[in-house]
Amino acid sequence: MRTARIVMPKTAKKGEIIDIKTLITHPMETGYRRDDVGAAIARDIIGQLRVTYAGTEVFRMTMFPGVAANPFAAFTTIATATGEFVFTWTGENGEGHVERTTLTVA
Amino acid sequence: MKRLIPALMLATLAVCAAKAEPLTSARELLSPELQAQQADDGANPGMLWVERGANLWTTPDGQGAKSCAGCHGDAKTSMRGVATRYPSIDTASGTLMNLEARINSCRVKHMSAVPFKYETDDLLGLTAYVAHLSRGLSMAPRIDGPAAPRYEAGRKFYFERQGQHNLACNQCHEAQVGKRLRGDRISSGLGTGYPAYRLDWQRAGSLHRRLRACSLGVRAEQLEYGAPEYVDLELYLAHRASGMSIETPAVRK
Repeated sequence: MRTARIVMPKTAKKGEIIDIKTLITHPMETGYRRDDVGAAIARDIIGQLRVTYAGTEVFRMTMFPGVAANPFAAFTTIATATGEFVFTWTGENGEGHVERTTLTVA
Repeated sequence: MKRLIPALMLATLAVCAAKAEPLTSARELLSPELQAQQADDGANPGMLWVERGANLWTTPDGQGAKSCAGCHGDAKTSMRGVATRYPSIDTASGTLMNLEARINSCRVKHMSAVPFKYETDDLLGLTAYVAHLSRGLSMAPRIDGPAAPRYEAGRKFYFERQGQHNLACNQCHEAQVGKRLRGDRISSGLGTGYPAYRLDWQRAGSLHRRLRACSLGVRAEQLEYGAPEYVDLELYLAHRASGMSIETPAVRK
């Protein structure tokens, strides 16, 4: 079970620049490590975070094994109209996690 | 002269008392960037565990399908300030319990649920959630009555030289505070930020995990998670930190 956190304002004025911060639990296992008995630990990383705002992509980040566990991403965007933000994390092994939140633009 | 000696002793005592450094939170030894990360709930990765705990709080579990909220209601009001009083004596069993033990005892007794294993994300999450609700409040555990012998045992553990390095807790955490040790700075050993997110661990961890790391560091026996000796020590540390603010979830190196 993944836990994700989105911290962003619920409301904004039209044209305002808003800060968006995201966190998700994930081990981001590099695939380069070995366990106690010398067996390779399988690579398991989130490949991508994609964010859409009212259907339009506003942020995309590709992640590599150098990214620490529980990746944090912060970005800004301009509030244009009331709409839904959809945050989609996609793991390299096919797993996905989606969070949704709505921004109301006054 | 006879009258002078007690006076001198008093003066020496006064100097000693004045010399004792005020305790500082390990937060103040962090870089400004890490301090900012701890202070910002959007960037503090420990908040992921707090969030997990908040979800668990209202999730029914066990035979009676009860949740924590079923008895305790809204944690924001019912749990505010609770963590400042832990570890505390459980009146029913007479044992000293930390938050983790209290949560598990509640699960067994009132929810007929399976206790969480120590250091699982679920137990860390609930503990972090409850402790987080006392953030900014001052530690104030009780050490009188039935807690007195437990406090005394914890105090003894703290000042006892241990392991191959033959070191007692105070020799680092009082005498060497602020100095560098293995890429980190030595803290006052308050434990007020736990469960904390440690970059070293790449995840949140309990105070007992941190105590085990110290035991290993002085080449002493690592006690089990939840060991009564560690809970006694936790009480001593909590009382020693009286008046210091709870910071859970802290970010540490």
